Amino acid sequence: MARYIIRRLLQMVVTFIGATFVVYALMFANQNDPIQALAGDRPVSDNVRQVLTEQYHLNDPFVVQYGYYMRGLLTGDFGKTLTGRPIGDVMSDAWPNTIKLALLALFFATLFGIGAGLVAGLRRGSAFDNTTLALTLVVVGLPIIVLAPIAQLVFGVKLGWFPTTAGARPSLYGLILPALVLGAASTATMLRLTRASVAENVRADYVRTARAKGLSARRVVAVHVLRNSMIPVITLIGVDLGTLMAGAIITEGVFNIPGVGSKLLLGIQTEDGPLVVGFVSVLVVVFLVTNLLVDLLYAVLDPRIRYE
Amino acid sequence: MTYSNPYQQQWPNQPAPAAPVVAGWDDPNRGGWDTPTAAWSTPPSRARVNQPRSGEHLLDVRDLRVEFGTRDGVAHVVNGVSFHVDPGETLAILGESGSGKSVTAQAVMGILDTPPAVVRSGQVLFGGEDLLTVSADRRRQVRGQEIAMVFQDALSALNPVFPVGWQISEALRSRRGINKADARRRAIELMDMVQIPAAAERVDDYPHQFSGGMRQRVMIAMALAMRPKVLIADEPTTALDVTVQAQIMDLLATLRAELEMALILITHDLGVVADVADRITVMYAGRVVEHADVHTLYAQPAHPYTRGLLASVPRLDHRGHGLHSISGTPPNPAAIPDGCAFHPRCPWAQQVCRMTAPTLVRIGRLDRASACHFPPEALDARLA
Amino acid sequence: MSDLEMAATSELGVRPSADPSAGPASTARTRSLTADAWYDLRRNWIFWVASALVVLVVLMAVAPGLFSSADPTACTTRRQFAGPSGGAIFGYDFQGCDVFSRTVHGARASVLVGVFAVLMTGVIGLVFGMLAGYFGGWLDAVLSRVVDVVLGIPLLLAAIVLSKRLSADQQGSGIATVVIVLGILGWTTAARVMRSSVIAARSQDYVAAARMLGAGPLRIMWRHILPNALAPFIVVLTIALGTFIATEATLSFLNIGLRPPAISWGIDIATAGKHVRESATPLVAPSVFLTLTVLAFIMLGDAIRDAFDPKLR
Repeated sequence: MARYIIRRLLQMVVTFIGATFVVYALMFANQNDPIQALAGDRPVSDNVRQVLTEQYHLNDPFVVQYGYYMRGLLTGDFGKTLTGRPIGDVMSDAWPNTIKLALLALFFATLFGIGAGLVAGLRRGSAFDNTTLALTLVVVGLPIIVLAPIAQLVFGVKLGWFPTTAGARPSLYGLILPALVLGAASTATMLRLTRASVAENVRADYVRTARAKGLSARRVVAVHVLRNSMIPVITLIGVDLGTLMAGAIITEGVFNIPGVGSKLLLGIQTEDGPLVVGFVSVLVVVFLVTNLLVDLLYAVLDPRIRYE
Repeated sequence: MTYSNPYQQQWPNQPAPAAPVVAGWDDPNRGGWDTPTAAWSTPPSRARVNQPRSGEHLLDVRDLRVEFGTRDGVAHVVNGVSFHVDPGETLAILGESGSGKSVTAQAVMGILDTPPAVVRSGQVLFGGEDLLTVSADRRRQVRGQEIAMVFQDALSALNPVFPVGWQISEALRSRRGINKADARRRAIELMDMVQIPAAAERVDDYPHQFSGGMRQRVMIAMALAMRPKVLIADEPTTALDVTVQAQIMDLLATLRAELEMALILITHDLGVVADVADRITVMYAGRVVEHADVHTLYAQPAHPYTRGLLASVPRLDHRGHGLHSISGTPPNPAAIPDGCAFHPRCPWAQQVCRMTAPTLVRIGRLDRASACHFPPEALDARLA
Repeated sequence: MSDLEMAATSELGVRPSADPSAGPASTARTRSLTADAWYDLRRNWIFWVASALVVLVVLMAVAPGLFSSADPTACTTRRQFAGPSGGAIFGYDFQGCDVFSRTVHGARASVLVGVFAVLMTGVIGLVFGMLAGYFGGWLDAVLSRVVDVVLGIPLLLAAIVLSKRLSADQQGSGIATVVIVLGILGWTTAARVMRSSVIAARSQDYVAAARMLGAGPLRIMWRHILPNALAPFIVVLTIALGTFIATEATLSFLNIGLRPPAISWGIDIATAGKHVRESATPLVAPSVFLTLTVLAFIMLGDAIRDAFDPKLR
């Protein structure tokens, strides 16, 4: 197990460097005049130009520039945005909102996805099963750029159940509608997987054994069926995190939430290289760590899995 | 050609084995196998019954019928099966795959998936109480506690994600409410009882960490956790090596005797049951075609199907002879032939076999019956 | 196998024979996996609904004139948010353009992006997956790390950054740019599926036999491995086609993919979204068509997978 974790960690380092390098290269390589970009529309004096060239190692090869950037990153120095704000500050503003939003979305997805998936899997072919299955199909096909404005229009503007936009300091209540929108696709996939998994496990031999022991129907389902059905569903959470992060770009934009997604989009549109690379670096780490944890959790849930 | 008897050279040898299995088995004057033994007439002493009546069997299945609804129509899987078993006794239910024997067992346990299965009619009397008519709660009470079951493939029948000790004692914890430490201790005791070496160290291992034979012992320990009065073992050794098979059968026989249980052994393998069973019920296409005590059945099989089965068992005393198999395949339960279900495969089949289904009739002695239009003597005569 | 299972699967579960004259005796007749899957597919209503939608959208892309004779660029603010009239069954949008006509003409961008991006990811995924799966070793290790890097950044995020870079000097990106972006970023799942299929097939006896008979790697891959690895690969690509169409619309929605005067459902949804409080109707048509198109490809992929995966039957 320890060897497996070490190997995975080494792979993660390679992936992290690869991913950040690619984004770094995309944001900085072949910039016509990075210093002019930094200064915006103001004219830049030769003196300032020289200082900045020194500060950003612009005369060094590109890879060396990346090396300097990574050294800063590892010491916790994310650098500054083009507008001169420390990126660390931007992050501590944006991340809490996005974490709240993502956790809420994941919570709804798990609650509805596993709950309804369990019922549908146990009652295959029932009206409930067919209805949820048709609904999930629609939701899976519904791009978030369609779902977000429609949900905002219907539940925010027309019905007035939720605030239309979340605002600068979003309340938990204000985040419910965005979280439902963001988690919709995950809910649907989780429901479908849970349903398929439950339907398969209900017919498993060990469930028949459990019934032969005279256990209550409730215990058979809650302990034997559910536990085994959760194994594939857990792995989905790791995959879903990427989807959630991508979806956050749109959802935060539509509902005006000052989170990672909206900051990233703004950064990309204003070609704010340091901001984008900083945020993407953290995102990649979150994604990699989550996937490692999910894989380890997988081994905990299923004793047959042995990593070496 | 197809009508000529493929067993002809072989079968005449069978009714007279070279050596009796048990001395005196063929002496009708001895208080032997053909008269009720003490075990038969003993009332179900340990059975907790509502109104104990003497002469009642511990478990008495009467005219059980089970159907499956399928896309191709209704499949008649069990068509009027009756048998009974008493404490301390082993009944073997013998039949090919698809003969309905496992479905019968699951109907008795009440663990058939309904739908697609439907129990059409019949009675499952446990201590006089018809389990098919009691409440679901009462049914669940009996299940596992009074009647327990061991399944064929222990690897898939055990839950892969829980330790074996946990699974063995699960019923005790959830149904008897005993605490975790006691449950663990009981699990180790049960594992010791089924002779799993180093039980205390292995109690927290998972099913995949055990060998096939040990897994089957775990299954048996689990079934015995609630001290059932009837144990149904459904092909308990089919998935195992031959040497391990013998160990498991020995274990079952020992436990049956020690715990005074009634054991129902479901198998397709005549070789497995010879040493263990007291009585044998042979099933074909969801019907009982013959039942008899084990020695009579081996010595004088009455039904052509039983004769075919016996001819297909390798025997040391018939070395050099070829082995026979019964030609053809068991019928599809959705399309069981008219008349006697066995007639398309039966070398003795006559017009009457194609027209009417034979009923199970008693042959001569007590508790021996066969569902064939022809008495055994007539079958023997046709071979000569 | 217990009797119950025997009864439930092998004997009774025999699927109805295609030949009505075949009696019970011939139910054991075997059919090739592909023929079997096609048999299942033809009986799946989802397959037919999805196919019909795909045909409809492709038809709209190829010949929009069949559906709407109105010019999607003939807009006049006089008709801002005007109701349905004549051929404009969905009325007019903020700029007074015919919503129906724009929706019909928007199909072309989606279909072009989807088809070409899938072709590109298919080729990349096929080559990388086969190389990694067949040769293994360091090649597999390197390619697996490349897959990790690409998967490490969410598709949409990477697509936004890459589109921005590729179109830095132009005014927005054309269809070609979006195709290239999706092609570069979208091949990972296809490659992974192909890799695992190849690994599974490689250890089969018939492949070992072919190798012993002196068949070269290329011939083995083409003749023996590819046909068996194809089904899951096609499923992944079909579903990816839907995802790519959604991503194109999202990029255009964000003003990073296609830009006006190009016509795309994403652009129309964005425009309609901005003015949703004044009138919500222009939002409906492009949203519904985008959803149905994405849905069609996902359903098609699902149906094919169900047909090819006997376990789910």
